[in-house]
Amino acid sequence: MESEQLYSRGYCRTGYSSYNSITSASSDEELLDSAGATMDFHTTEDDNLLDGDAASSPGSNYVMSNGGGVASSTTHLLDFLEEPIPGVGTYDDFHTIDWVREKCKDRERHRKINSKKKESSWEFSKSVYDAWSGWLVVTLTGLASGALAGLIDIAADWLNDLKEGVCLSAMWFNHEQCCWTSNETTFAERDKCPQWKSWAELILGQAEGPGSYIMNYFMYIYWALSFAFLAVLLVKVFAPYACGSGIPEIKTILSGFIIRGYLGKWTLLIKTITLVLAVASGLSLGKEGPLVHVACCCGNIFSYLFPKYSKNEAKKREVLSAASAAGVSVAFGAPIGGVLFSLEEVSYYFPLKTLWRSFFAALVAAFVLRSINPFGNSRLVLFYVEYHTPWYLFELLPFILLGVFGGLWGAFFIRANIAWCRRRKSTRFGKYPVLEVILVTAITAVVAFPNPYTRQNTSMLIKELFTDCGPLESSQLCQYRSQMNGSKAFNETPNRPSAPGVYAAMWQLCLALIFKVVITIFTFGLKVPSGLFIPSMAIGAIAGRIVGIAMEQLAYYHHDWFIFKEWCEVGADCITPGLYAMVGAAACLGGVTRMTVSLVVIVFELTGGLEYIVPLMAAVMTSKWVGDAFGRAGIYESHIRLNGYPFLDAKEEFTHTTLAREVMRPRRSDPPLAVLTQDDLSVEELQAVISETSYNGFPVIVSKESQRLVGFALRRDITIAIENARRKQEGIVLASRVYFTQHAPTLPADSPRPLKLRSILDMSPFTVTDHTPMEIVVDIFRKLGLRQCLVTHNGILLGIITKKNILEHLEELEQRAELPAPAGDHHKKGHPTSHGADGQPRPRHHHVQLVRSFTGRRSRLASPSPRQPPATAASDEEVRLLDDSEY
Amino acid sequence: KMYWWKGSGFSVITLIPIIIILDAVVFVLHLQNYQDVRCKCICPPYRNFSGNIYNRNVTQKDCNCLHVVDPMPVPGHDVEAYCLLCECKYEERSSNTIKVTIILYLTVVGALLLYMVFLLLVEPLIRKRDLYTQPLHNEEEAEEPPSVVDRNNTMLERVEGAQQRWKKQVQEQRKTVFDRHKMLS
Repeated sequence: MESEQLYSRGYCRTGYSSYNSITSASSDEELLDSAGATMDFHTTEDDNLLDGDAASSPGSNYVMSNGGGVASSTTHLLDFLEEPIPGVGTYDDFHTIDWVREKCKDRERHRKINSKKKESSWEFSKSVYDAWSGWLVVTLTGLASGALAGLIDIAADWLNDLKEGVCLSAMWFNHEQCCWTSNETTFAERDKCPQWKSWAELILGQAEGPGSYIMNYFMYIYWALSFAFLAVLLVKVFAPYACGSGIPEIKTILSGFIIRGYLGKWTLLIKTITLVLAVASGLSLGKEGPLVHVACCCGNIFSYLFPKYSKNEAKKREVLSAASAAGVSVAFGAPIGGVLFSLEEVSYYFPLKTLWRSFFAALVAAFVLRSINPFGNSRLVLFYVEYHTPWYLFELLPFILLGVFGGLWGAFFIRANIAWCRRRKSTRFGKYPVLEVILVTAITAVVAFPNPYTRQNTSMLIKELFTDCGPLESSQLCQYRSQMNGSKAFNETPNRPSAPGVYAAMWQLCLALIFKVVITIFTFGLKVPSGLFIPSMAIGAIAGRIVGIAMEQLAYYHHDWFIFKEWCEVGADCITPGLYAMVGAAACLGGVTRMTVSLVVIVFELTGGLEYIVPLMAAVMTSKWVGDAFGRAGIYESHIRLNGYPFLDAKEEFTHTTLAREVMRPRRSDPPLAVLTQDDLSVEELQAVISETSYNGFPVIVSKESQRLVGFALRRDITIAIENARRKQEGIVLASRVYFTQHAPTLPADSPRPLKLRSILDMSPFTVTDHTPMEIVVDIFRKLGLRQCLVTHNGILLGIITKKNILEHLEELEQRAELPAPAGDHHKKGHPTSHGADGQPRPRHHHVQLVRSFTGRRSRLASPSPRQPPATAASDEEVRLLDDSEY
Repeated sequence: KMYWWKGSGFSVITLIPIIIILDAVVFVLHLQNYQDVRCKCICPPYRNFSGNIYNRNVTQKDCNCLHVVDPMPVPGHDVEAYCLLCECKYEERSSNTIKVTIILYLTVVGALLLYMVFLLLVEPLIRKRDLYTQPLHNEEEAEEPPSVVDRNNTMLERVEGAQQRWKKQVQEQRKTVFDRHKMLS
């Protein structure tokens, strides 16, 4: 029982190891010390070890079934570490969390609270608070992200209209709000009212003429540049992490990476402020991606109020999943789409509980935004549309064509943008972020102003493209001839012959399309908050609208064709160009992000029409297929890869036949590195090992003679524990013995007091044998979210595999697949891919190798010297004593 | 213990603006201006009557062509046909929300700009003056266990310490993003 209790403490309180951060250049190789394999099974340590092993099955709640665990532990004199050492179990910046350990920690915390629940009413209320904190934190997150989204929407609209002019009666109104109550608006010029003054009117005093055009042009560029400059300056001075879309980083964080400050208060503040500026500057970017980041910041900040979430990185990620759902919910006014987005695109670990919380957070956020009513249209988004016209079967063809276009655009955009970003990353060009933003803004503003479709806010453009032509529309897109010449046409709106206005609009739309395609490539990745959804949707909507109008005209002039004859009677409306725009938008967004379900749901929530699901599905699916044909990764995965974040994608399959021993460190050519022994190191030696290496964790073995694995200790935990002990514990000097065992080793009488570090030892590290196929190892890493895994053979430690090793391995395999048969890689070629088809030949092959290394070991054992010449040293079980002097 | 203090203390500080925003939002929602409701009817051209826009402040129930289009341009027998073409929309807004939001936003931007100017221009000047004492002080702070510092110092110094820590973090972030291009490129 005692060892069980210890196990529980050891396991739950402390650590696994080391995933190697992107800041430290080294890898997590561990030295294996196999000076000789003396097998003695009869020490107490070994018994403990076996206990630990027996309990180390994945995710075991070994102690839970035995109740309590900690309460009745027999305290030793030296076992002062009953209380957790502050700081142990936390993570450094740019490290990977260990999901298994975090979940275990949470279970133990929960058990503790539950067992105390009946003691007093205070404890009971604490347990209630704890149980509700999950819902509370998502409620708060939803409230905050809804409020912030409302703020961003209102401020961005106002600031955007500030480029054109200003409302004299009330400075804080945008153009639309300014003319809200005005009765002077006319049908022809319905957005003009005397309260709203353009800059030319204010400065020059005239509203028409070339002079005022130039003045407006100048003011447009001036405001765009100053907004962009302010945005990039704020980002650079206060929160560099606020730039970009944030979704690739959030994906990485949710998969278990720590980026300190990425979801902090300053990032939140600066991202909110600069997002408004960036959107208003007229750059080809949207606010949807950054809103997800903003919502996640809210989630992170609120989770600090609840110890359940602030102290546990895995639990915090559940809140973040819910927060990202809330973010999309307010960005698109699509609560269900947000939940699905979180599930499909961002989240890594998404249990049902999180699904419900995400649902709730999305609901709260949407409710708050709705009550703020930022657009004054009682909707959550500007470009909400409602169609009621049906679609016909033959229209599936243009829809699928739009899907093809979306896929091609997505593939092209990803390639071009990644190439551009790589250039920015690797060449000197990346040294001038402010200048780059200014330049791109200047080009955007100069080119965008003359074209009315690019001059206006992108959301407005999308709205205009989505809206179908009715008698009430004043848009140039709807200037059909029939509308000009009288009243009869209005009762039923048939397909109309186009008027010059439509031709002009088509030209302008084509130019706008080309411009958007080019400028978006250079915009995404600027050092300002920039989302990709809106520009992608705009591109798709423009293309879709063009196709839609073309189809409409085709149906009008050739209504005797048999496809039209069946559905389009003369004088009846059978083509809805707005629907084409919407399908195109979905297809382009799908091509870029490679989302499917969530995207369709988001778009369908935008329109509120269930009957358009099939066209949307067809287009999105086609675009995904076409896009995947050119490269499987979506834009977010591509950016993750470009930046080298440690993200193990759960969507990709591992199809290679390598074995764990080929991936594990140390490799043959690597220098042998350090392990710790469980009871014969001194504090000084331990510190030497820590300072000489940069590994983030060390396996602990029984002794140099028996290489058997005891557990795993994290570098950070060891450092903290030693520091803590030296500060708080009497008699710990450099010569003190460090032991990880249950009982202190027998020491000479005059030796200083030993230091017990058992509480930071993880006694159930995940282990695989050296013959485990990498498929299984990769699966374990993905599904359990491990940081590292130890490789053993017959219980003897051989090496370690970290997440980074796996990522490197995947990269290597991918490169090798591209370059046929590289010459230099001998031992890799020793395992031809033909081997693992049935799985049979592989083990035999390795068996032979192992026998060889075993003989090597035995001969070593026989020889008195611990060091053995190259013949055996070349084998995987490399030898080096940690500390020769002790023996 | 100290970690706890740091975490919750700072998050409470950051919560305040959000709570203020929420409060403001809730507050202004109750202050709905009479001008914040409109019924807008857009009537397209009909026969030889040109199109027109009508804008009136009526209740949602009354928001239809018959109530809103007041000087009816068409003779009595055409009213029904004319009104069928018109589209009436009842809309609400909260001008106070907009006002508060814009003012809040501009205030925050202004404050940030001031602080930025302070950080970039004023502080280097101050720094220059006590160049000799500053590095020493910094080292001391780094050496001492932070809990002791926190307990002994005044509120002002504590804020200063927090600001220094924050600056270091931002410096680090800037290096990561702009110089090394490890993230977000």
